[in-house]
Amino acid sequence: MLLVVLGLAAADALTRLRPGPGLRVVSLAATAAAVGAAFAAGAVDQRSIMREYAVNASSFGREARQHVALALGSTVAAVIAGLPLGILCHRLPPVRGPILQLLNLIQTIPSIALFGILMVPLAALSLAVPRAAELGVTGIGPAPAALALFLYALLPVVANTTTGLGRVSPAVVEAARGMGLTDGQVLTRIELVLALPVVLTGVRIVLVQNVGLATIAALIGGGGFGTFVFQGVGQTAIDLVLLGAIPTVALAFTAAVLLDALVDSIRRTPA
Amino acid sequence: MIEIESLTKSYGTTAVVDRVSLSVERGSMTVIVGTSGSGKSTLLRMVNRLVEPSAGRVLIDGRDAAATPAHLLRRHIGYAIQSHGLFPHRTVAENIATVPQLLGWDAARVRGRVEELLRIFQLEPAEYAGKFPHELSGGQQQRVGVARALAAEPAVLLMDEPFGALDPIIRGKAQEDLRAIQRRFGTTVVLVTHDMDEAFRLADRIAVMSHGRLLQYDRPAVLLTRPADPFVARLTGTSDRSLKLLSLVTAGEAAEAGAAQGPAVPAAASLRDVLAELVWRGATEAAVVGADGALAGRLTLAGILARGRAV
Repeated sequence: MLLVVLGLAAADALTRLRPGPGLRVVSLAATAAAVGAAFAAGAVDQRSIMREYAVNASSFGREARQHVALALGSTVAAVIAGLPLGILCHRLPPVRGPILQLLNLIQTIPSIALFGILMVPLAALSLAVPRAAELGVTGIGPAPAALALFLYALLPVVANTTTGLGRVSPAVVEAARGMGLTDGQVLTRIELVLALPVVLTGVRIVLVQNVGLATIAALIGGGGFGTFVFQGVGQTAIDLVLLGAIPTVALAFTAAVLLDALVDSIRRTPA
Repeated sequence: MIEIESLTKSYGTTAVVDRVSLSVERGSMTVIVGTSGSGKSTLLRMVNRLVEPSAGRVLIDGRDAAATPAHLLRRHIGYAIQSHGLFPHRTVAENIATVPQLLGWDAARVRGRVEELLRIFQLEPAEYAGKFPHELSGGQQQRVGVARALAAEPAVLLMDEPFGALDPIIRGKAQEDLRAIQRRFGTTVVLVTHDMDEAFRLADRIAVMSHGRLLQYDRPAVLLTRPADPFVARLTGTSDRSLKLLSLVTAGEAAEAGAAQGPAVPAAASLRDVLAELVWRGATEAAVVGADGALAGRLTLAGILARGRAV
């Protein structure tokens, strides 16, 4: 308990110092090391959560990997698909409204409902195309979970890319074209570079959001830390719930700190 | 040399530039004036094909501008705009180096050129090369913008209201600098402005545009003494046209031989300034002094007044 209070006080003091991005990453690493050392030293071995861990040790590593794979994979896919979509929205104002509205609509669907909705077409697909089923694309399991997370992630990526590109001064783009940069060079050397902080802010939102949402994947057999949470809820075993919840929070927090630091380090190189 | 032949740009059925033809002598400065919406910027932007013409053509040193891919064409034409458009994420040196690097100059040549330009624009390289645009004053940003446009030694420089955002004192200095640099490099300059004083101060020839049409294209003095139509007369201003006319002639050009009494005026001063000086001193005669300090001749009040009338 005392440790937690001290930790909070230290975090508060750090925030007041307005540390640079580097320092924040260092303090995150230091915190992780301290926590890791506490575990290694066996200081928390007798806590009830750790007893749950001991029981579930074999599946914990697997679910952790699954959770990270779901959250990170869907985010990477959303960036790969969302960047071009955002650029398209910026270049072609007529399509901007429909695309953003559609993505907005997807965001309003509750996650459990979206998982359910996706089960139907994916199940049909795996039946129709045996090859897809072999690759793991089935109505339940990781496939609908990853697809749902991907769809949720699209809006922030697309919207922030469009906003970021829209904020680039028209005079800068005009000058770049006037000096003889090709359209591709204007996009990659000028527009995207200047929009990058805003785009990364979108990626940060998406990653943190997906780390949290991936918990629900367990409901449809998608695995991840949610497995422990829902098992625990089913057995009214609060320690088992925490075994799933605490690593999820830690993961989301780590992702937020790392990406914030990245955004700030880019902003600091003058823009 | 730029030859614009019957150049037209229409959007739908409206022609924003309507069959404009004019030619700009190599090494001269042409200023395009007109009210907003007159098509002057569109005309300028068709020269480097930021706007593609609907009809007509542009010849630069005899070569059809449409024959080269637009981005390659633009690398050999300087382009400076009102809000300078400096890249905020690049240093002053990197901004200036943009076009030379696109053209594949080697690093040493690029560095040498950047330093040369910074010196010409009175920005000490050691101090300014590594700065970012937001660390400069408005006037300095504008100078870097013009330096960047001149970086690859273009024969032609296009400027769209380049000094519009500057305050009057800095603007006057920027205009002087531009004139000096244009003479030094022999660059052919086409500049768009709505500021008539700027046009008269800079231009070898002025093109007056209204509603997409070119109304008159002539030397500044001719625009004042023989305006082609009432719009040109109104735009050039009838109330102070005599003074504008005087501002186009320097004391050195108008000086008569002979000894003089009265205040000394530099040969580079305009007759307008000399007149103001005579009125202020209550004198009727001024001694014109050359840059070397030697007497270059004399100017009388009557002589100056005679030059302020249409002949």
